[in-house]
Amino acid sequence: MNFPVLSIITFTPLVAAVVMLLMPAQRKNEVRAVALAAAIFALILSAWVFFTYNQSTAGYQFVERYNWLPALGISLYFGVDGISAPLVLLTGVVMFTGVLISWGDDDKHVMAGIQDRPREFFAFLFILAWGVFGVFVSLDLFMLFFFYEIAVFPMYLLIVIWGWIQTREYAAMKLTIYLFIGSVISLVGVLAMYWLQYKNTGVLSFDMLLMEKAGFSHAFQNIWFLPVFLGFAVLGGIWPFHNWSPDGHVAAPTAVSMFHAGVLMKLGAFAALRVGIMLLPDGAKYWQWLIMFFAAVAVVYGAYIAFVQMDFKYMVGFSSVSHMGLVMLGFSTLNRQGLLGSGLQMFSHGVMTALFFAVVGMIYDRAHTRQIPELGGMAKIMPFATIGFIIGGLVSMGMPLFSGFIAEFPIFMGVWGRQWLVAVIASISIVITAAYIMRNIRQVFFGNMPEKLEGHITDITILDKVAITTLCFFMIVIGLFPSFMVPMVQTGVENILRLLGGS
Amino acid sequence: MFTSTMFAAILPEVLILVLGMLVLIIEPFWKEEKRRNVGWLTAGGLFVAMAISLIFGQPGEPASALGGMIRFDWLGFFFKMLFMFAAAVTALLLMDNEKVGHRGEAYLLLLASLLGMNLMAVSSDLVMLYLSIETTSIPLYILSGFMLADEKSTEAGFKYLLFGVLTSTIMLYGFSLVFGFTGTTSLYQLTDMFKTGDLPLVTALGTMALILVGLGFKVSIVPFHFWAPDVYEGAPIPVAGFLSTASKAAGFAVVVRLFFVAFSGFSVSWTTVLAVLAAITMTVGNLLALPQTNVKRLLAFSSIAHAGYAMIGVVAFSQLGAASVVFYLAAYIATNLLAFGIVMAFARATGSEDLKDYSGMSRRSPWLGLMMLAAFLSLTGMPPFGGFVAKIFVFAAGIQAGYVWLVIVGILNSVIGVYYYLNVLKYVYLYRMPNQDEENHPIPLTRPYAIALIVLALGVLLIGTVFAPWFGWSNAAALNLF
Repeated sequence: MNFPVLSIITFTPLVAAVVMLLMPAQRKNEVRAVALAAAIFALILSAWVFFTYNQSTAGYQFVERYNWLPALGISLYFGVDGISAPLVLLTGVVMFTGVLISWGDDDKHVMAGIQDRPREFFAFLFILAWGVFGVFVSLDLFMLFFFYEIAVFPMYLLIVIWGWIQTREYAAMKLTIYLFIGSVISLVGVLAMYWLQYKNTGVLSFDMLLMEKAGFSHAFQNIWFLPVFLGFAVLGGIWPFHNWSPDGHVAAPTAVSMFHAGVLMKLGAFAALRVGIMLLPDGAKYWQWLIMFFAAVAVVYGAYIAFVQMDFKYMVGFSSVSHMGLVMLGFSTLNRQGLLGSGLQMFSHGVMTALFFAVVGMIYDRAHTRQIPELGGMAKIMPFATIGFIIGGLVSMGMPLFSGFIAEFPIFMGVWGRQWLVAVIASISIVITAAYIMRNIRQVFFGNMPEKLEGHITDITILDKVAITTLCFFMIVIGLFPSFMVPMVQTGVENILRLLGGS
Repeated sequence: MFTSTMFAAILPEVLILVLGMLVLIIEPFWKEEKRRNVGWLTAGGLFVAMAISLIFGQPGEPASALGGMIRFDWLGFFFKMLFMFAAAVTALLLMDNEKVGHRGEAYLLLLASLLGMNLMAVSSDLVMLYLSIETTSIPLYILSGFMLADEKSTEAGFKYLLFGVLTSTIMLYGFSLVFGFTGTTSLYQLTDMFKTGDLPLVTALGTMALILVGLGFKVSIVPFHFWAPDVYEGAPIPVAGFLSTASKAAGFAVVVRLFFVAFSGFSVSWTTVLAVLAAITMTVGNLLALPQTNVKRLLAFSSIAHAGYAMIGVVAFSQLGAASVVFYLAAYIATNLLAFGIVMAFARATGSEDLKDYSGMSRRSPWLGLMMLAAFLSLTGMPPFGGFVAKIFVFAAGIQAGYVWLVIVGILNSVIGVYYYLNVLKYVYLYRMPNQDEENHPIPLTRPYAIALIVLALGVLLIGTVFAPWFGWSNAAALNLF
């Protein structure tokens, strides 16, 4: 057995959460320090996994396996492939930056960060991170589901306790109910798969690598693909089940929005890919047209709704729906380019949207409004955040030299290969995205500062700057050196294509 | 005749009896203000009895004992351990109940009822079964109405008595019909005699329906659930907790043995009947829980709903089904006792069971808030708490047996559950107290509460994470049925 790096990554947030809960509530700075230390530790380890992943042998690596309940074939079975390794890194990055953003300051009167009960906040946030890491590394369907649910419920508390006072109760309950319905519908499909495998092969096991070979019949796959895929895809924000997502984004505190849009939505997309497409490939082919339709609508519709938003955070929220639509669109192609693009887009969008929400949060904490027309002139006071937002915007528009281009271009190539008309329609979103991003940059950052904001706005803190730099770093590196991530994702895509029968 | 197996088969009951007599003898010698220490004696004695039984009283191959009256197997043994655990915790929770805690007879009645439950889990003869059910029920009637000065408690006790007597009479009539048709009262002989070929279906189902009335009352499935909310509301809180966990589980122990063994010849017919009842129970329980503003009533309706979920495992009529019921009940006992324990501790400090008074609870006592979180998320069926795994096992058994529709009903019901359980947590975590200065006063916890709550919270966590040993025992219990 090698160094059990994946289980250490996964359980670091849990241990940190327990340690924090055991600390006295008034020692706020010590609690924050523990959170930061754990986040840095997890980030370093996930970066280590990312860089030492052997791209020449591909397949699942860093595999660990411990029998958990042999009677029903449940095991703690961890491993990463070319798709999940970048997502583990992404989680590490968002966790690290999320802690920095929520640091809070007890002395000053800036509302930034978390000042009310930071101990509980970081503990719940880290339990969420525990679930997220767990889903990305689990190769056992039961444990995947276990971690998936763990990633869902802390959201409720995080939003309802620390969220935006106007909508938090409504948004948190809506989000939880949507996600819970989605996940339990998938659960029925998962259990059906489990028993059919038992019937076919006589093996009781939740091992996904065995289930790939279980030989599910076409009819079975056609029935169960949709519930399983869509059930998970609810968390991926797929149209028409996306409605919870912008509300949740807006109501959540900044770090939770970052987690939510940056990582949690990837969780849904990833589970939909891993369980839906990889275990039920024939079903995926059968329903390909429907997924493509949903995704294409999400892409264009999400972008359009983002365009008409006057609330800065709602705009970013709907842009997430649009960009996650691109991920789903890539899945629906079921070909090399599309899947490659989706894999990259999951990382690229995760970093980008985390940056967006971070900047929006910084502005809101200082201006106390998110209405775009009431904002302006931020560039003079917070130049660093402005540059960060512009870089994020360029990624969002799919500009060459940034990660967005590297991710979106293959998706459109893949879609063109399947159905050129969809590619044409979906590409409208790029224009709309460019329009709303540019408009916001002009208004919020370079417009005239309204009088009532004069003098109230302060620059962002050094911790915020570190967070923005970290996020921008990844977007630029992938844009300039695609080989940083593309070959790795390719190895993961090969694996999916093999299951799809090499199309 | 007096063999060691025979003694081992009733070892826990012998110990409980000894403990009961000890309580009876010692109690009058203690002064009034020291009488609550009987609770320590009861709880400690029960834990010792559990340890002794685990060491010397473990069953081997299933065997009949006491002339076929009881069955000595893992199914009964695991349930006995659950009941004793629940009773020990209940004794701890009773101690600081102002009106009940200092009265020794409360603990004695608790032990008497426990004795009946233990026998319910192992009875393999209809006569024995009826006797043990009555032994369980009568002390519980008294305990429910224990607070004589309190109108609600008296009403609870009387209501429970009336319902209990009526349903048990109907059940007894069913038992007599079974004997009339087959000439035997032994459950294990009924397996072969009570079959489709020998009896008209209508007769058999009718008899079964009569018996189901009595058992349905015990486990509170719809339409025999009407007593539950009122009794839970009126009874002393620890007693309500005991009723909703151990007493319900005892009912399930009988349901499992009776239906899986005695009525196995009719499984095709009764699974359908029970499936419909389970679906209705879940739905009614959850829908009625939605508008509740009193936490005890909310828990009462939620416990009705949980009887419905557990019933899915019975409907599955398979080894996994039986194992999942047992597992479900283990997780449920720990979870619901935790919930009732917190309600008790809270009511003692604030005198209120109203949901709105739970505002600001996590600010006052962060750890109590966290335990509330654990209990209610476990009831919702969220990991890493026991309720999640238990629910998945039950659903898995249901799907294996082809009851996909029932599982979907269960899932939709869980969604309703999400709403009202999380609503409680919203009060605990989000809302502030009207007077925010009061938030600096933690809710006082006496030592018995602290011990009981910590043990239960750890139990809920352990069942939800390290589930292999619990499932192993549940599975061993289920194996004895097939």
